[in-house]
Amino acid sequence: MIKVNGEEIPWHEGMTVQNILDAKNFTFRMISVWINENPVERRENYNSTPVPDGAEVEVVHMMSGG
Amino acid sequence: MERMKVLAEWSYTPVQSRLGYTRETIWLGLGKGDGDYRFEKRPVSDDMIDKFIGGRGFGLRLLWDAVTPDTKWNDPENEIVISGGPICGITQYPGAGKCYSVFLSPLTEQTYNSNAGGYFAPLLKFSGFDALELQGKSNVEVVIFIDGDNGRVQILESNIKDDKNAYTVTEYLHEYFAEDEKDKKNISVVSSGEAAAYTYWGCMNFSFYDPRRKVARLKQAGRGGGGTVLHDKNVLALVVKMSHVSGTSTGPADTTTLSRVGSKLHKEIRDFDDVQCRMRTVGTAHLNEIMNDYDLLPVHNYKFGRHKDIANIHSDEYTKRFAQGMPDGCWYGCSLSCAKATPPFRLATGPWKGREVIVDGPEYETAAGLGSNIGVFDPEWTIEANFYADHYGIDTISLGTGIAFVCECYGLGLITRENTGGLELNFGNKADIMELIHRMALGADEFSRTVALGTRRMKKLFAEKYGADRRVMEDIAMEGQGLEASEYRCQESIAQWGGYFLTLKGPQHDEAWLIFMDMVNKQLPTFEDKAEALFYFPNFRLWFSLVGLCKLPWNDIEPEDNHTKYKGIDAAKVPEHVQNYVDIYNAVTGKNVTKDDLITMSERVYNFERIFNLRMGKGKRTDHNCPNRGLGPVFEDEWNVRPEYFDGKLKEAGVEPDGMNVREKIAKLQEYRRGQWEHLVDAVYKRRGWNRNGIPTLETVRRLGIDYPDVVELLEKNLKPEDAF
Repeated sequence: MIKVNGEEIPWHEGMTVQNILDAKNFTFRMISVWINENPVERRENYNSTPVPDGAEVEVVHMMSGG
Repeated sequence: MERMKVLAEWSYTPVQSRLGYTRETIWLGLGKGDGDYRFEKRPVSDDMIDKFIGGRGFGLRLLWDAVTPDTKWNDPENEIVISGGPICGITQYPGAGKCYSVFLSPLTEQTYNSNAGGYFAPLLKFSGFDALELQGKSNVEVVIFIDGDNGRVQILESNIKDDKNAYTVTEYLHEYFAEDEKDKKNISVVSSGEAAAYTYWGCMNFSFYDPRRKVARLKQAGRGGGGTVLHDKNVLALVVKMSHVSGTSTGPADTTTLSRVGSKLHKEIRDFDDVQCRMRTVGTAHLNEIMNDYDLLPVHNYKFGRHKDIANIHSDEYTKRFAQGMPDGCWYGCSLSCAKATPPFRLATGPWKGREVIVDGPEYETAAGLGSNIGVFDPEWTIEANFYADHYGIDTISLGTGIAFVCECYGLGLITRENTGGLELNFGNKADIMELIHRMALGADEFSRTVALGTRRMKKLFAEKYGADRRVMEDIAMEGQGLEASEYRCQESIAQWGGYFLTLKGPQHDEAWLIFMDMVNKQLPTFEDKAEALFYFPNFRLWFSLVGLCKLPWNDIEPEDNHTKYKGIDAAKVPEHVQNYVDIYNAVTGKNVTKDDLITMSERVYNFERIFNLRMGKGKRTDHNCPNRGLGPVFEDEWNVRPEYFDGKLKEAGVEPDGMNVREKIAKLQEYRRGQWEHLVDAVYKRRGWNRNGIPTLETVRRLGIDYPDVVELLEKNLKPEDAF
């Protein structure tokens, strides 16, 4: 299992940041992703950035609207 | 071109702006229907600059002195005060042409502030005035002309008799006052439209001339009914002309810093906008599908958060319909360029049917309000509705939310075709909804005139005239303090209940938009966390309205490393852009403020505005109410689109849903959330330095230095010991 914004979701072998975004339908562009307190550099890295089992992942959506 | 008759004229010596201020305002008295026109130049005191800064702050301070607690929106004493602020008019930093209008609102019967882009506020300042006060009522319809080039103000009897709608009036007045085509860009016009005679949703259209398209463009101070007040004063238009504008017209203390900070942001926009918000290609309509993905898009009067036909109103559909590659800033130097416009667009209905026009927008709020919220998923229709709303002078947000309410009432059978003048106002019935808009512009029948008074009055009048069930309407009407909610569904974010309904003027998104932070990021787990966000963000955003800036360049573009350098709520504040604001404020004014000072500057005005509303008989806890539709599902079909989700919410509340029918579940969830709302209200009031009744304490006003004798006297009358925390 991993935690995404405090919520537990199942982990699988080879899981990437992009898999999480797809699973959660996080489509907003202005996000920052941190895994175990470490930032993930750029959106183009999301497909290639692995997420380890047991990770604490924060997907922070920047403020928007108006 | 027939010349207009000069009714009154006044000459003055324009003072140049220095350190962001001319330190003079102009008061224009229109008499009391007696043709007694007066002009007065008034000095700006140090206290006014120190405490109220400019823009909305100046507007509130001047309006306070102009009205009494008994003044109504349509009394001659009510004013429209227009002001930019000290930073307004710089050209080095994007989004620096904003104009703030303050007035007593017909909709909310308290103070309102509404902002727009366009050139009016900068040109007013460069014509010598930090603010314009418009008071009284003219006995004939007038055009007011401020000629900054020649130090002259004229009140002219309008010679526009046939079509008094915004595009007609604005084009005519740019032509009328310009010496040649090139001169048109030196003019800005404020007008409303013919609907302002009938509706409390009357907007003010602020113009700028687009020399590439050779048309006047309109930006709206849409909300609160400023256009209605303008019409009530018998003012067809305000016009300002100033030909001499440069990057140093504000008289800044430090041009080098302005250029350095501005260049940095221009580079960010150039490098990252295409991968961030795409403001340059589609403007705020980039949010359409995003809001749908997160169940935040208002669909059918906020009943639902998404819709199967979202692809029809996807931002790509709007991108295709907007002219691309044009520098669409609404003031010089705005490279964010979100003021999108269509190529020539052929109108399919109404008085201009068949004519080709340039349509400004739709922005997100209009795309959703005159789109998904009324069950329309047709960009061509929404563009046409947007055009006519602007042209007639109707706020597109209140119009969208108000019609959504009408459609739901119609669908529920609360009102019928007999009541609506034969219109079938089901969600998505485009032809009849468009016809209603056209009828509203003309005040054509009783029903359209009733709708035009806004949702709060519709509830009362639908019940009185048509026998509609008041209780049901109270549940589903998305209004607060008399203002229709803007276009986000807030049910699932407790913090956004406050972002909408614990505001100064009603549920408008320009105080705090906390839905992602609260609902998705889970960064505000406690009521104290939510209250802190509902303290910081409304105050931070208010600061833009004091100085003449647009909010969008704050967080609709970010430094490349913002998301890795800062974490959590710190990242949401975009610290480097906040520092930009500190730097440009200091560079213009020569002052030396810090990031923390920005919040204190705002907090002062925030509390003053709250106290002003108390003075007008509002501004208490009872005025902060959230309808049931804002808290959660009201009807079974709303619950049944996400039954597992809502069952889970009941379980989180300690309620076991098994064995309950959906009606019982809805009642339980509403009861629980109403309790949470009351917790939120207490936490927010406490953090803001108010008592349990939502009134700022004496300690708060003393700390902020706004303990003026009349303020203290008012508070002492209203602060009760039993309401203290």
